[in-house]
Amino acid sequence: MNVVLITIISLGVLGALAAIILYFVAQKFKVFEDPRIDQVEEALPAANCGGCGFPGCRAFAEAMVKSDDISGLNCPVGGAETMSAAAAILGKEVAAAAPMVAVVRCNGTCENRPRITEYDGATSCSIASSLYGGDTGCSNGCLGLGECVDACAFDAMYMDEKTGLPIIKEDNCVSCGACVDACPKNIIELRKKGPKNRRIFVSCINTDKGAAAKKACSAACIGCKKCQKICPFDAITVENNLAYIDYDKCKLCRKCVAECPTNAIHMVNFPPPKPKVEKPVEEKAE
Amino acid sequence: MNRLTVSPSPHVHSGDSVKKNMYGVIIALVPALAASLYYFGLGAAIVTITAVLSCVFFEWAIQKFLLKNESTIMDGSAALTGLLLAFNMPTNLPLWIIIIGSLVAIGIGKMSFGGLGNNPFNPALVGRVFLLISFPVQMTLWPKPIESQASYLDASTGATPLSIMKEGLANGESVSALMAKIPSYTELFFGNSGGSGGEVAAIALLVGLLFMLIRKIITWHIPVAVIGSVAVFTGILHLVNPEAYAGPLFHLLTGGVMLGAIFMATDYVSSPMANKGMIIYGIGIGVITVVIRVFGAYPEGVSFAILIMNGFVPLIDKYVKPKRFGEVVKPAKA
Amino acid sequence: MLKTFSLGGVHPAENKFSAGQKIEVLPVPEQVSVPIAQHIGAPSEPVVAKGDEVKVGQLIAKSTGFVSANIHSPVSGKVFKIDDVLDASGYKRKAIIIKVEGDEWDESIDRSEDLVKDITASPEDIIKKVGEAGIVGLGGATFPAHVKLSVPPGKTCDVLILNGVECEPYLTADHQLMMEKGDEIMVGTQILMKALKVDKAIIGIENNKPDAIKHMSELAKKYPGITIQSLKVQYPQGGEKQLIDACIGRQIPSGKLPIEVGAVVQNVGTTLAVYEAVQKNKPLFERVVTVTGKSVTKPSNFLTRVGTPLNQLIDAAGGLPEDTGKVIGGGPMMGKALSSIEVPITKGSSGVLIMPNEIAKRPKLEACIRCSKCVSVCPMGLSPYLLSTVSDKAIWDRAEEEKIMDCIECGSCSYTCPAGRPLLDYIRLGKGKVGQIMRSRTK
Repeated sequence: MNVVLITIISLGVLGALAAIILYFVAQKFKVFEDPRIDQVEEALPAANCGGCGFPGCRAFAEAMVKSDDISGLNCPVGGAETMSAAAAILGKEVAAAAPMVAVVRCNGTCENRPRITEYDGATSCSIASSLYGGDTGCSNGCLGLGECVDACAFDAMYMDEKTGLPIIKEDNCVSCGACVDACPKNIIELRKKGPKNRRIFVSCINTDKGAAAKKACSAACIGCKKCQKICPFDAITVENNLAYIDYDKCKLCRKCVAECPTNAIHMVNFPPPKPKVEKPVEEKAE
Repeated sequence: MNRLTVSPSPHVHSGDSVKKNMYGVIIALVPALAASLYYFGLGAAIVTITAVLSCVFFEWAIQKFLLKNESTIMDGSAALTGLLLAFNMPTNLPLWIIIIGSLVAIGIGKMSFGGLGNNPFNPALVGRVFLLISFPVQMTLWPKPIESQASYLDASTGATPLSIMKEGLANGESVSALMAKIPSYTELFFGNSGGSGGEVAAIALLVGLLFMLIRKIITWHIPVAVIGSVAVFTGILHLVNPEAYAGPLFHLLTGGVMLGAIFMATDYVSSPMANKGMIIYGIGIGVITVVIRVFGAYPEGVSFAILIMNGFVPLIDKYVKPKRFGEVVKPAKA
Repeated sequence: MLKTFSLGGVHPAENKFSAGQKIEVLPVPEQVSVPIAQHIGAPSEPVVAKGDEVKVGQLIAKSTGFVSANIHSPVSGKVFKIDDVLDASGYKRKAIIIKVEGDEWDESIDRSEDLVKDITASPEDIIKKVGEAGIVGLGGATFPAHVKLSVPPGKTCDVLILNGVECEPYLTADHQLMMEKGDEIMVGTQILMKALKVDKAIIGIENNKPDAIKHMSELAKKYPGITIQSLKVQYPQGGEKQLIDACIGRQIPSGKLPIEVGAVVQNVGTTLAVYEAVQKNKPLFERVVTVTGKSVTKPSNFLTRVGTPLNQLIDAAGGLPEDTGKVIGGGPMMGKALSSIEVPITKGSSGVLIMPNEIAKRPKLEACIRCSKCVSVCPMGLSPYLLSTVSDKAIWDRAEEEKIMDCIECGSCSYTCPAGRPLLDYIRLGKGKVGQIMRSRTK
């Protein structure tokens, strides 16, 4: 009986003592934090992807609370809804940012771009690209080792085994930009999603001269400037043998798509073209 | 012409492989296997074959049905675990206990951590210690050598030198009196004493060590540190009171010190990376072994010592780094 | 016990097929393409234009900074164009392309074979000459030689170490140079000693070249201050840090240069180039290149002009074998795999190694079994297993803490790894990233 009593008393005293010490320590080291940070964090998607440029949602919430002007801040994952909800907590104004999506600007499939060497190093795009131009004649093109897919935290990308290129699942993509940073060749770009998710872009970043680019990849932009000439809105610039479409100026008229001799200009989410009467194509003798 | 292969340097490889190392250790265990078959005959054969086959089977099955990844049973690591597990068990152990031990060794000791290369503890010892705690009676009945050559479960059993010593000292007998009850050092050296299948013959284990050192499968650091620290620690105790503490030779030649130091502690995955770390780890094993043997409840402590030190390996690796080039600067002559 | 460096090291199969093959002069090609970046440091700037007539040894691109090097025309003829061409790594780099006409050398170059022993130039003149001649480290690192010779104020050099180790398997260019140009190398050594104001020089040679050790020791008797140090065969003994450690037992502290321990290292090939520049007024525009490989019909050592297309060398060595799987510029441990054999020879090309298919591929990748063999072979005393893991996981601060920048990229870890893990691939990646982070911090 005595043993039980002593045990209970000594443990009880020890516990109480520890509680008192803890209380004082907690008081002494208490850090004041704006409670609104927690509220804002609550409103954020908690993906901690870093797409906003801050290391995690909490840091972004802190930035939102601390800065007076939050127009430069945007959570690409949550989009306009989340941002306005978070801004409402703080009573601040938020500028609506157009939704963006990642696009892969390389169409160097195994068919379009023949492999001329065999890469046998570690499976990492960064390592391959610091070693050499890649296993094809195009030193700008996709290496196909999937570092972007590994970087994606939203299951919005996968490697197409047939083409060897990454594919973006538009519905999952939150335009956090992780893949853009991961790609050592800078192939992936964040572009405006566009009205009805329709958009047009040049799916190539090869800056070689036309002949060399065409030799390396049949779907390469050869810098012929045909698209630039036909574009009624001055949306297309050709620099370093490469065309680029400014998504702010592009009105989605699709004239350039038809004009491009190498089909380097891609359009996404347009309705399929109406069946046309096929012109007989003259076969050229090889 | 073929397409040229492009890869970062180096462009040549030593030709060493995981397989070569694993099979190297297995070859190094052959003398000990031969000794075990000589002393324990049928029982040793049954226990060894069962343990090896069940370990390989469990690894294959776990990879095939649970992990669904490429099978690695051909690299020899599962067979090695089975062999070491068998060497750590009495040779009259029933089949079902061996199979449970193999399942724990491979399933819990190895595959639950992600397979070869990721297990923090030596899988064979995880299996062995599990059995020792779960089936203490079966795991501490040791067949007598030579006379149980033709028997398995029915082998006549006797005490090991370590347990004779432990019980004797507890009953107040002196070391010199007890030494008369156990086999001579020569017999111990050649393995003519009771114990687990693979641990009895020190000479066979030392031949294995020599082979592994020549083939550069392991370095000398861990075995020497373990054996050295056991010898030094027990030597000091023996000098203090020769009647209460047995001498270093007794401790080295009995139980699993040799097997542990040479084959169990040197397991690649669960031992430190830097030479200095290996020595610290080895000394830790030696000291804990002696502490358990001399002051603890169990007559034998090698398995526990190795498992405890396995737990310290990440810590050792974090704080004990290899000697770096240029750390000790010899100043240029002015 | 023969001397060698103190930590780690491996001993790959030597395979010196071309050993003993006399240096053969390769005919001048029809067209050369001379890259303007052939050295560590800033690329040179072309000083000729399309259509210009050039002579052999004429300056065609000048150095653009202290760590940079002049480039001289290796041929005589007309500048065809200055354009981007594919370099050894499949990227486009600027090069000067010259169509060859005849072989007319600049008048100031002494083309005689006579040995000029008297060194008349002053130390300053020597360094200036070496700089003007565009000499870079010919062992493969291509570090401008005049930079190494200019001892920074406050530091003293008391010994010159010559690298005649050639620790890379297969390569034999330096070996052959020592056999054929021993006297010139000795005079070159004396020139370097004069420039550095030291009275002691050690030529380190591995003892797998007993003929070279014997020959050079014989010659060294005639040249005061020069001794030959035979070394145990151990890779990477040709690394500057390892060579200094092996020869004089001094270890360079982390992040420091050899001058910190009072030593300067030059390759024997570089020394020959210094001799030619100072005594013969001949800039660096040709070098000895080993062409070798298991299935190469005629492994050879060629004296070839910079800018010669690689395939010309391969043709001269009996053509590209049927079973070619990999072509390497340099040795098998640190050389660069080439994606095309149409790239030009540069100042840094020490060899062309042709690997047959069966050994072109890396071994199968397995899980790390923590065998610690990478740790025990690392000549810098690092933990390659750890460095490669933290680099793969992008934990850069840890990588820096673990001294990733000390790695000399010798490849001993990848060479040894029983699990066939590409340790160095990841470490090299990590080195690049950590280097960037460190540079941005000091800015």
